[in-house]
Amino acid sequence: MSSTSPSPLHLAVALDGTGWHPASWREPVARPRDLFTAAYWADLVAEAERGLLDFVTFEDGLGLQSSHYGELDGRTDQVRGRLDAVLIAARIAPLTSHIGLVPTVVSTHTEPFHISKAIATLDYVSTGRAGLRVQLSARPHEADHFGRRTFEPISLESLRTEAGQERLSEHFDEAADYIEVVRRLWDSWEDDAEIRDIATGRFVDRDKLHYIDFEGRHFSVKGPSITPRPPQGQPVVSSLAHQTIPYRLVARATDVGYVTPHDTDDARAIVAEIRAEQQTAGRADELLHIFGDLVVFLDDDEATAVARRERLDALAGQPYTSDARIFTGTPAQLADLLQELQATGLTGFRLRPAVAGHDLPAITQGLVPELQRRGAFRQAYEADTLRGLLGLARPANRYAAAAATA
Amino acid sequence: MSKPLKQIHLAAHFPGVNNTTVWSDPAAGSHIEFSSFAKFARTAERAKFDFLFLAEGLRLREQGGKIYDLDVVGRPDTFTILAALAAVTEHLGLTGTINSTFNEPYEVARQFASLDHLSDGRAAWNVVTSWDAFTGENFRRGGFLPQDERYSRAKEFLATTQELFDSWHGDEVVADRASGTFLSDAKAGAFVHQGQHFDIQGQFNVPRSPQGRPVIFQAGDSDEGREFAASSADAIFSRYSTLGEGQAFYTDVKSRLAKYGRRSDQLLILPAATFVLGDTDAEAEDLAKEVRRQQVSGATAIKHLEFVWNRDLSSYDPDGPLPDVDPDVSENHISKGRAQVRMYRDPLATAREWRERAEANGWSIRDLVIETGNRQAFIGSPSTVAKTINDFVQADASDGFILVPHITPTGLDPFADKVVPLLQEQGVFRTEYEGPTLRDHLGLAHPDDVREERAAS
Repeated sequence: MSSTSPSPLHLAVALDGTGWHPASWREPVARPRDLFTAAYWADLVAEAERGLLDFVTFEDGLGLQSSHYGELDGRTDQVRGRLDAVLIAARIAPLTSHIGLVPTVVSTHTEPFHISKAIATLDYVSTGRAGLRVQLSARPHEADHFGRRTFEPISLESLRTEAGQERLSEHFDEAADYIEVVRRLWDSWEDDAEIRDIATGRFVDRDKLHYIDFEGRHFSVKGPSITPRPPQGQPVVSSLAHQTIPYRLVARATDVGYVTPHDTDDARAIVAEIRAEQQTAGRADELLHIFGDLVVFLDDDEATAVARRERLDALAGQPYTSDARIFTGTPAQLADLLQELQATGLTGFRLRPAVAGHDLPAITQGLVPELQRRGAFRQAYEADTLRGLLGLARPANRYAAAAATA
Repeated sequence: MSKPLKQIHLAAHFPGVNNTTVWSDPAAGSHIEFSSFAKFARTAERAKFDFLFLAEGLRLREQGGKIYDLDVVGRPDTFTILAALAAVTEHLGLTGTINSTFNEPYEVARQFASLDHLSDGRAAWNVVTSWDAFTGENFRRGGFLPQDERYSRAKEFLATTQELFDSWHGDEVVADRASGTFLSDAKAGAFVHQGQHFDIQGQFNVPRSPQGRPVIFQAGDSDEGREFAASSADAIFSRYSTLGEGQAFYTDVKSRLAKYGRRSDQLLILPAATFVLGDTDAEAEDLAKEVRRQQVSGATAIKHLEFVWNRDLSSYDPDGPLPDVDPDVSENHISKGRAQVRMYRDPLATAREWRERAEANGWSIRDLVIETGNRQAFIGSPSTVAKTINDFVQADASDGFILVPHITPTGLDPFADKVVPLLQEQGVFRTEYEGPTLRDHLGLAHPDDVREERAAS
């Protein structure tokens, strides 16, 4: 490589069950019977932290996993069932000290008031390492778990039609409102609202607590939050996006977007589209990360990785496909690819280990040292908060700023 | 033959958002930093307490149209803080208050089942209901639940979550690598619930948790609330911490169990109780008086008087006499977001009585509020307090107590260090935990065993 030091890239790992390959649970290294224990998740996150990763995300959902997008598949040969991701993250927080913890939160049926205080609390229990990944659910069978709304059947094909795009727009508009409420609630307490003024007997200065008065199509929320402003001020908001409508949400409302480019041209086009939306949203001077998502099969030599993938595919009964590019090879090859993709404007990567028990350690013990040798990844944690690791400043409180200029 | 001594159950209520908590004391720490919660939980576990208890309020309280600023304000999300506490404790039960009005059964069931898994069987749920539009302004559903429907909704909410907890039997996750069978049953978690308040169906996505279901607490005191507890709760968080009232409540609630086919030991009565310890009883009395004065500042006294007067009294001097003006007996509009104000059913009579007492004793407004407020439940030397608690439990005034210290987070330490060893010496409190789960500590059977027992009888 060249002698000029490349700009460091950011690395996250997406944790989902025993890994992203549907047959991953059958690997000897997998621990499928431990999936519903804290120790399982604690071990994975400890490994990620040993690798100095920026953060881990935890997948979640309001229904059983399925190999179909819009409905259950009735299969019993894959991992089914999962614990609430926010609670897993909270359970792990006191056991770790630097790594960011980013649970998935479904915005469609849940209460933004509850989630705002849950993530604020995650930020307290992790002393500033919380984030969330906002995901929506358009699946009719998940709506039936709540019984408050009815959704039409949905499939990936139907989403590509005009009506499908319109429907997607509505869901994403709701997600945007959701994020807005969550963010306003985090700011609804100014940092110095707690005064403990013995002379006047006042615990808080109520002029520093703010109603958010949000009124939207799906919900109205008065505020303020019951939880004081979290340590990071604004925990890190992220979401996954595959096309224009979700790119817009990434650009307008998040700190980190996960995208799924299949080659460098694709990556360049996605980055350009999101940056343009960012400009339109008036956020051009704000730091917005765009992370590439990749599924990884990592081994010391390529043939072993390929053979492992084929073995898993044979167990699953079909070749593994994914919304994200699937990488199969060595840590050095992956480092080459990440640097090549980084040159298109991606600022980091969220790797999805095909087999958590194998590919996560391969990332932390293989890929990370390789990137470190190239000067492309940190040698030690340089900050105590997730925002700090991502180079995001602690933001001013929107209400404090308003009060100051009033 | 004398009956065997009852074992006492003890729990610790994290000091909260009310004037019991003395935030002005130099020893008072943070109410939001995790270190405070961890310290408090570790003390409770060191003392072999049954569980830690967290209250909840989903909107900041207001008085006179403004956010109430004299008490501790601000608290964490209940589920999230309990999950984090599971990481710093091994045995302590984790009881969270969760409202059945501003949540949905599927989500709450997921959260409690997850908490139970992540704590290896230590989760408990204090089911509360509310109906006020004031709190509803923070939520999707708003605040339209008529008051008389709150128990019917709460009952159905709880029954629905039980159906969800029971939708997995515990043997579905086989994860057999050789045959490639992860689940033994494709319909694991299947449920259908059609009722007045909830019409839901599908498949629940959290496998059965170690306790089967979380332990259920109930806190309501009305006739309906007592009936609800007798039919469906494992424990009651009651408000009666005096001997006479405690015994009356205990007898009443336990007598309601038979008609639901339940035994008297299947529902525990655990009142909230404050305490003040001193080296001697006299020293404790002095200290208790001082604490009551700390709990009621002049500003707090005026605000408490407003609960009864239902009007703005900010122009009155807390060190002066009571107002001449009578309470406003129209609909409550002064205080929002707290239950306490409903306790004064006849404000005119209360005001008249208070004026007479204040005049007779030469009390100022602040003196009166202190004197008419609650005394701490247990005041005395460690041996006096240990004896009193034991006497109450053996006399069936309760099965134990949920202690509410007035200092965060160290207020529990003197009790843990000085009273618990005395109870242990008397053989009425555990020296080691009975088992890993909260059900074990509380002597409650696993729901599967209860089912078998009923089937066999």
